[in-house]
Amino acid sequence: MMSIEPVLFYIFSTILVIAAAAVVTVRNPVYAALCLVLAFFTCAAIWLMLEAEFLALVLILVYVGAVMVLFLFVIMMLDINLARSKEGFIKYLPAGGFVALLIFIEMCIVLGPENFGIEVTGEPLKHAADYSNTKELGVTLYTQYVYPFEIAGALLLLAIVAAIALTMRKRPDSKYQDPAMQVAVRREDRVRIVKMATEKKQ
Amino acid sequence: MIELLLSIWNLVPEALQILLIIILKVVVIAVPIMLAVAYITLAERKVIGYIQVRIGPNRVGPRGLLQPIADGLKLVLKEIIIPTNANRFLFVIAPLLALAPALACWAVIPFADGWVLADIDAGLLYVLALSSMGVYGLIIAGWASNSKYAFLGAMRSAAQMVSYEIAMGFALVGVLMAAGSMNLSAIVESQSGSFIHWFWLPLFPLFLVYFIAGLAETNRAPFDVAEGESEIVAGFHVEYSGMAFALFFLAEYANMILISILTVIMFMGGWLSPFQGIPGLEALFSFVPGIVWILAKTCFLLLLFLWFRATFPRYRYDQVMRLGWKVFIPITILWILVIGVGVMAEIGPWFD
Amino acid sequence: MNKIKFYLKSFLLWELLLGLKLTGRYFFKTKITVQYPEEKTPQSNRFRGLHALRRYPNGEERCIACKLCEAVCPALAITIDAEPREDGSRRTTRYDIDLFKCIYCGFCEEACPVDAIVETRVFEYTFETREESIMTKEKLMAHGDVHEKQIAADRAQDAKFR
Repeated sequence: MMSIEPVLFYIFSTILVIAAAAVVTVRNPVYAALCLVLAFFTCAAIWLMLEAEFLALVLILVYVGAVMVLFLFVIMMLDINLARSKEGFIKYLPAGGFVALLIFIEMCIVLGPENFGIEVTGEPLKHAADYSNTKELGVTLYTQYVYPFEIAGALLLLAIVAAIALTMRKRPDSKYQDPAMQVAVRREDRVRIVKMATEKKQ
Repeated sequence: MIELLLSIWNLVPEALQILLIIILKVVVIAVPIMLAVAYITLAERKVIGYIQVRIGPNRVGPRGLLQPIADGLKLVLKEIIIPTNANRFLFVIAPLLALAPALACWAVIPFADGWVLADIDAGLLYVLALSSMGVYGLIIAGWASNSKYAFLGAMRSAAQMVSYEIAMGFALVGVLMAAGSMNLSAIVESQSGSFIHWFWLPLFPLFLVYFIAGLAETNRAPFDVAEGESEIVAGFHVEYSGMAFALFFLAEYANMILISILTVIMFMGGWLSPFQGIPGLEALFSFVPGIVWILAKTCFLLLLFLWFRATFPRYRYDQVMRLGWKVFIPITILWILVIGVGVMAEIGPWFD
Repeated sequence: MNKIKFYLKSFLLWELLLGLKLTGRYFFKTKITVQYPEEKTPQSNRFRGLHALRRYPNGEERCIACKLCEAVCPALAITIDAEPREDGSRRTTRYDIDLFKCIYCGFCEEACPVDAIVETRVFEYTFETREESIMTKEKLMAHGDVHEKQIAADRAQDAKFR
């Protein structure tokens, strides 16, 4: 009897390939972004089948849950002129095609069967139910690769801070409200109760 | 009779048997949730009514108990209007995208010791990942309806959910540091002891942040700027009617229950009795099963949701953003450091 | 010191707890809802509901077609046609009140020199067609005949204030 796993794998990979192709072929940018979301999601499903549940969930959490939401946010707000973005398609086709071909060849060299074939890596092990992929990942990350990991983290933080510092500007003419100050306001700052003697009748 | 059923059952191929059992479990979880959602709408109207010195709906059935069924029937029978220039496919699919993650999260929720559909190791991460998917339903609904109000609502809710997700995630990091596991059942087990052993005490700031961020995640008052009926009519679901609207409604309330039960599991000891380990009281309450405790605690938190809605006015949008980024995230990061120290020093009775 | 107090207050959500306490207290208050069809709030004797035309005790209609009500009506809801009757007295042949226009201000009642047009306590009435919203003379008289006892009692009670 055939196991259900290959069936699931082929279903997911078909969806993944179609979605990935749609990302670059669909006209509507919002559709393209949504196709990318679908691609991420099915990719996560395939990772789940590879027992990489931590990575799969993090992929959904980070890329689907945060990055693509902001992406969609921006795409939906922009009014993209489709006709203009298609200008010069023929002119750039040779250069683009050449770069694509180059990347394809490079990927073939790196990811080819001589590096990642089943003879090189060996048959993937089926792990027992109590095997924790998360724990394995953590152990590797925080022992063997602890310095690269920390350095990468620091670099990313630096990039965030730099990006914010470069783009933040205070316009002097903007009427900006500071919610922190508004929230901190107390009655005593705004109201003064004055006791006055009652006026005498003339 | 039973033998006949068993013999029929044995004729079914094994793979199909597993599938059928899973489907049965899903139904056993999903149907009570749907009923609970229906009755929370009634509870909400009743509670808010009582707080406003009214008595709320009481005409349909005894004491208004059939009101949710009448409401549901009304919504089912209503026409679903699709605006002329709306994107039909996305418009129809958006309510489903809102509801599906809200229900899918329930797969990893342990209702009592061992009562869980999928006892996966990265349960906490799964919940976080799926609840972050819910925002797609809202954005797509807002964009596909081709209406300015809906779009503004969608933009607001997207920004709000993404920002509060971070504070929420940090609060969860605190929990998993304290529990040493991401499995929800293990998190509950690590809180065993009396109610002072639960995580709400050592993780009090995170508990508050998580619950308040949960309010914001579900777009509930006082964080319901995404709906903001006085400014943008109803936000992302202005153009929806009938059953499509009802699905958004279901998703919102299912999320509310989910946030409540997650708070219970992570900070209030899940199905554990509050009197565990206290002599006298433990024996007195030993007859109460775990499912009753977890449901009672969840109901209390749900009451808080309704109580907040009846009490607090809506936040202004920039205040919402400030609270999320400038208050909650620093608090959670600070408290994670405190927990780190606590875990390293093995401060009892929680971290030893 | 004040600053510390302020921070403590805001992080312990003190003001919010005060708010919750207030609403929590209202939760247990006696409810003031009036269950309408079964229970009704008391009405004033000056209640201004559906109109009626009254008669003298001998059965003669009061209205003398002076058209003061028509003139005073701010919503122009009253239409009156008048002709002398066979006995020579001045009477209306048509007295219509458009209930969609009427704002129930009670000016017609105030203006009437013979207390003919009055507003009764009836407020639960419905129409199924637009024509029904016009109170014709026949309907007004009939309505007055039905409620005469209540109308007279209300006027008597209010008389010393006029």
